[in-house]
Amino acid sequence: MAELEKSGLQRDKTGRILFTKEMKEEYTILCPMMLPIHFALMVDVFRNCGYKMELLTASGPNIVQEGLKYVHNDTCYPALLVIGQFIDALKSGKYDVDKTALIITQTGGGCRASNYIHLLRKALRKAGLEQVPVISLNLSGLEHNPGFQVTLPMIRKIVAAIVYGDVLMLLRNQVKPYEVEAGAADRLVERWTQKLCQQFREGKGYSQRAEKANLRELVKDFAQIRVDRTPKVRVGIVGEIYVKYAAFANNHLEDFLAEQGCEVNVPGLMGFVLFKIDNRLEDIKLYGGNPAKYAVVNALMNYVLGLEAMMIEAVKTQPCFQPPTPYFEMKKMVKGVIGYGDKMGEGWLLTAEMMELTEAGYENIVCAQPFGCLPNHICGKGMIRRIKELDERANIVPIDYDPSATRVNQENRIKLMLAVARENLQKKLERQGKGPAAKQPET
Amino acid sequence: MKIGLDVGSTTIKCVVLDENEEIVYQSYERHYSQITQKMADLLQKIRQEVPGAQVAQVSVSGSAGMGVAQSCDLPFIQEVYATRIATGRLIPDADVIIELGGEDAKILFLTGGTEVRMNGTCAGGTGAFIDQMATLLNLSLEEMNRLAEEHEKIYTIASRCGVFAKSDIQPLLNQGARKSDVSASIFKAVVNQTIAGLAQGRAIQGKVVYLGGPLTFLSQLRESFDESLGVQGVCPENSLYYVALGAAYNSEIAVDIGTALAHIAQYSGKATFLSIPPLFESEDEYRAFAQRHSKCKAPRGDIAAYEGPAYLGIDAGSTTIKAAVLGKDGELLESIYRSNAGNPVPAVREFLIHLYETYPNLHIAASAATGYGEELLKNAFNLDFGTVETVAHFTAAKCFLPDVDFVIDIGGQDMKCFKIRNGAIDNIFLNEACSSGCGSFLQTFANTLGYDIAEFARLGLFAKRPVDLGSRCTVFMNSSVKQAQKDGATTEDISAGLSVSVVKNAIYKVIRASSAEELGRKIVVQGGTFLNDAVLRVFEKELGVDVVRPDISGLMGAYGAAVYAKQRSAGQEKSSLIGLEELRHFSHEVKVTSCGLCNNHCRLTVNIFDGTRRFIGGNRCEKPVTRRTEGAAPDMYAFKLQKLLEYEPKPGPRGKLGMPMGLNFYELLPFWHTFFTKLGFEVVHSPLSSRKLYIEGQHTIPSDTVCFPAKLIHGHIASLLDQGIDTIFYPCMSYNFDEHRSDNHYNCPVVAYYPEVISANVAELRGKTFLHDYVGIHRKKDFPLKMHEILEKYFDGISLREVREAAKAAYAEYDRYMATVRRVGEEMIERARAEKRQIIVLSGRPYHLDPEVNHGINKLITSLGAAVISEDVISDRVQRFSTNVLNQWTYHARLYSAAQYVGSQPDMNLVQLVSFGCGVDAITTDEVREILEQNHKIYTQIKIDEITNLGAVKIRLRSLFAALEQ
Repeated sequence: MAELEKSGLQRDKTGRILFTKEMKEEYTILCPMMLPIHFALMVDVFRNCGYKMELLTASGPNIVQEGLKYVHNDTCYPALLVIGQFIDALKSGKYDVDKTALIITQTGGGCRASNYIHLLRKALRKAGLEQVPVISLNLSGLEHNPGFQVTLPMIRKIVAAIVYGDVLMLLRNQVKPYEVEAGAADRLVERWTQKLCQQFREGKGYSQRAEKANLRELVKDFAQIRVDRTPKVRVGIVGEIYVKYAAFANNHLEDFLAEQGCEVNVPGLMGFVLFKIDNRLEDIKLYGGNPAKYAVVNALMNYVLGLEAMMIEAVKTQPCFQPPTPYFEMKKMVKGVIGYGDKMGEGWLLTAEMMELTEAGYENIVCAQPFGCLPNHICGKGMIRRIKELDERANIVPIDYDPSATRVNQENRIKLMLAVARENLQKKLERQGKGPAAKQPET
Repeated sequence: MKIGLDVGSTTIKCVVLDENEEIVYQSYERHYSQITQKMADLLQKIRQEVPGAQVAQVSVSGSAGMGVAQSCDLPFIQEVYATRIATGRLIPDADVIIELGGEDAKILFLTGGTEVRMNGTCAGGTGAFIDQMATLLNLSLEEMNRLAEEHEKIYTIASRCGVFAKSDIQPLLNQGARKSDVSASIFKAVVNQTIAGLAQGRAIQGKVVYLGGPLTFLSQLRESFDESLGVQGVCPENSLYYVALGAAYNSEIAVDIGTALAHIAQYSGKATFLSIPPLFESEDEYRAFAQRHSKCKAPRGDIAAYEGPAYLGIDAGSTTIKAAVLGKDGELLESIYRSNAGNPVPAVREFLIHLYETYPNLHIAASAATGYGEELLKNAFNLDFGTVETVAHFTAAKCFLPDVDFVIDIGGQDMKCFKIRNGAIDNIFLNEACSSGCGSFLQTFANTLGYDIAEFARLGLFAKRPVDLGSRCTVFMNSSVKQAQKDGATTEDISAGLSVSVVKNAIYKVIRASSAEELGRKIVVQGGTFLNDAVLRVFEKELGVDVVRPDISGLMGAYGAAVYAKQRSAGQEKSSLIGLEELRHFSHEVKVTSCGLCNNHCRLTVNIFDGTRRFIGGNRCEKPVTRRTEGAAPDMYAFKLQKLLEYEPKPGPRGKLGMPMGLNFYELLPFWHTFFTKLGFEVVHSPLSSRKLYIEGQHTIPSDTVCFPAKLIHGHIASLLDQGIDTIFYPCMSYNFDEHRSDNHYNCPVVAYYPEVISANVAELRGKTFLHDYVGIHRKKDFPLKMHEILEKYFDGISLREVREAAKAAYAEYDRYMATVRRVGEEMIERARAEKRQIIVLSGRPYHLDPEVNHGINKLITSLGAAVISEDVISDRVQRFSTNVLNQWTYHARLYSAAQYVGSQPDMNLVQLVSFGCGVDAITTDEVREILEQNHKIYTQIKIDEITNLGAVKIRLRSLFAALEQ
């Protein structure tokens, strides 16, 4: 402890190490990976704001081991992985642990996830890495740091990154399974990511006008990739946000489904952002609250809704693509199925996504969650029966992820879902009098 | 020619069909995880025996077949899907198929909307589970089936997990329950698990077809299904081969068998599993290791030549029985270590007769028992003393390392570890509800692979690439092991990998240590599992410290009991142990009955020895033994429960309104009861939970990993509907009351939104009025207005004024109730102090008051003489303080405050009840432990679930009290 004080670390009154202005100059900030396209863009935003940020892309069994060692084993899998990844990185010798900080998001919701940052600090203490400052990235005003401030322009840029990320991911998913020339979609994603990063560095690409122009061009580029649209089984992925998106957490679910000859639809991040903002409005509607606060939040909501509309419009410019369903339409879908007050974790949005996917022709769904995920007992597994009652097309398989769930078991269950999906697709094609579906690699 | 191969988790099934799709060849055998080998053998055989089978349409199915098919370029078909294809051809009029396999359970609904369901990541209630149970009972499957036929009663056994079931069955066996009843109960558990886990609200009716190994071989299991479902199911011809048949029917791609064989041969050569460094680099290293450990020996004496007082210690463990006879200087004269074959009494009797007969001059001065069967044996043979296992182990450890500061004992299915501070047992870690990483786990694997345990362990010592298997549940481990085998791991690698997993489980899961220093430097390891050199080696490597393993590692409990008997018997001449004559005519009769003296309905086993001496097992309190009401120790749980039951229905003009008596109604009943009574409703709550109530709602539970208190709600709703109550109030509540002790005041997600689950999954609620709106009681001012809006949707003519008045009364009643709890709690504390009792703050959530949830643990504590109060009695006695975690849940904030307060009270200790599956408690338990340890208090955690092993709970509590006494 005495040594720590000597090292000149500043603390707040609870003893938390502050990320100071000096640190901003000297420290490397490590950031966990969740969505490759989005995060590459977002990290660039931080870099352009003067933070030395680095994305952690390492995977491998050691991360799970570190996680198991430093985090309570009954804690949810994402916490175990994210914390394991941090500790693994800090111990790897790649970074000067006295000049490294960590960043992690904190939503402040009623789920365990709000506690990740505290579990991370506990783990650091246990691992003898207490000197490493941890920055909370949140919009709830939790944990102030003098050297790290999320300014309004930064928020704008991050939201822009989400918009671009969502569209790139959406188009990639719609094109890649059908591309004639293998790798074309991925190459285009790569090219656009670089192009956007370049624009960001020049301070461009953030304005709504620039976004609109970029998006249209981008959508057009994707429309030009040569495709063979022989029907494939279409699968949607929903679930707890980390397990749903991070390939490392879901045993490379998207790749597996691609190998099985499926087209995959993973709903974007925009819906989640809107959901989290909307929750504040719903709280006030349900339980009462300050009208001034409502007005402020509502303004933010409208701003992001504007971006969403723009994004959808851009995708619609090319009829070959299926645009995402607007947030408020999804919200309408769950009316009477689950209440808008269910806001912890992915809350009612997860239910809405399953219904929307079914409606949009991605009725074969993997609902992915960490083993024992509390909110998903309700809005995920708890709603499947209801959804099937309402729409018998829904073919949903819930899959749990945790350090010891084996891939074989998971894949076997997914294959069962796929077998039913293929049969349904075949029937559908026969009804439509079309030829057979693309031959599935039956292994 | 078509070939269908079904490679399941334990067996490989194969059918060959000719052009007319007639079966020309079929086979069914266990593969002992030698999957590729067996597959190759089988294809080879088919090629030789079936004419024309050089080229055939082949399709592979089954959980273990998937990877092989993929790598060997053979067509694969998912097994449930294959079953459907086969049934469609062979039994077109089937409505429902129930298929149990080695690790899988499936239900297929064929009519009225096809649906296929398969168990999730949990293999409870499957063939592997029944196998495990048979091993535990020491019966073959045929014997089990035969015995089940003769059953008289059914016990409740959790089948969700073999591990849980073991902890149910072991105490039953130890208490003398009959194997026939246990066998039938196991089958019933499988039935319940299948129906509850897979039906999820859909009725199983019509023509039911039973498929798969267990249902084919076990007629009693089929019977049990028939009985529960109220149907007459059929088990068709070839019921073992439906998956293989479906695969064959579905096969389209012609495969050259020779080429396939070549692919398979290539596949077995690959080794792509994760591995860790070998346990020993060289033979020399092993020799040095073995030599170091061989030095730690207990003194021996010659029993035949010995004269003087001898001391007998017996340790009745979960699967073994150990006994030691010591001389006056602690020299070991005689010992046994053997399996108890499900009943420790005959084993001990035999040993005692042998002792008396062989050494007629032996003078036993004192005797003591310890372990699970402690009380049974003490009563059966009139032993002088009994002691809790932890004390016995500590006593023994001190004989080998006087300044020992950490003891870890890994036995058959228990793991016990404790720290020693100032010469007293300080912090106890027990594996609860999970026996992964114990001896029986290694044993089971050794047996599955066809080895005895000692041989199996030896194999691991020099494994070149031990498999990294992770650490968790045995069932998951099964799959991991199979995966590794498929990937080419040798038995040596697997043996070593399992040893690593045992140790990692102990250190990181049970003890939750992050460094060796945390455990101490003077470590004694014991228990049968440490006789295994591989386990010992991994343990030392993992902690980076040399530990002491006495050569009687497996006998330490018995040795400690004998030393304990000697210490306690100062001056005593002769043990009260029964003599040879009595032993020869010894009789042991067991009667099973249910205690009706309170709501717990303890299952009592009445043991009668020699027709006179009686011992009652299975009881929580002393009521059934003494026929008296319990000892006078104050019990806040009993008080609160009784207080809540005083909120009785009062007839009102608006008719009946039901509330499920579960989750946070256990605290908010005063609030809601007052609120709605005031509005003119007759408020009826469902009865207290019971097993029966739970089973009635079980089939509507959509997520089987949710906590037990939440699952119970389904039963409560069913019970309200059964009573004909059409209006049910069960609100969603993101927020709870703000008690200003925390950063936020949430409910946990399950408590907050469980009404949504009820609404979506309980079909019987359709057409009824189910109020499950979102309600904010935390905003006292807004509440009446918002609540009025909600009520207007359902009822006519409730004015805002009425709601305001009712709300006012409700808030006042809630405050009054909490004040009463605190006042009476204070009185209880004072009384306990006057009577010099220990005070246990039994902490959890308000709904842990439910006797079906807490399993009467409060009574167990009071029967041990301590007072029980709840966390809310003292949680307002400390100032708000900062915690290391985000303190954002109302109920959990109370835990932290209570822990902080307990830290300042010398005569108070905290015991935390944790519901299995409670994700939030993964956070609170660590924090509560930290707060307590900062104040030098012992942290005791008790995990509870649908069923709880009260034996383990008792050990924990008795150890705590033993530590407090020292």
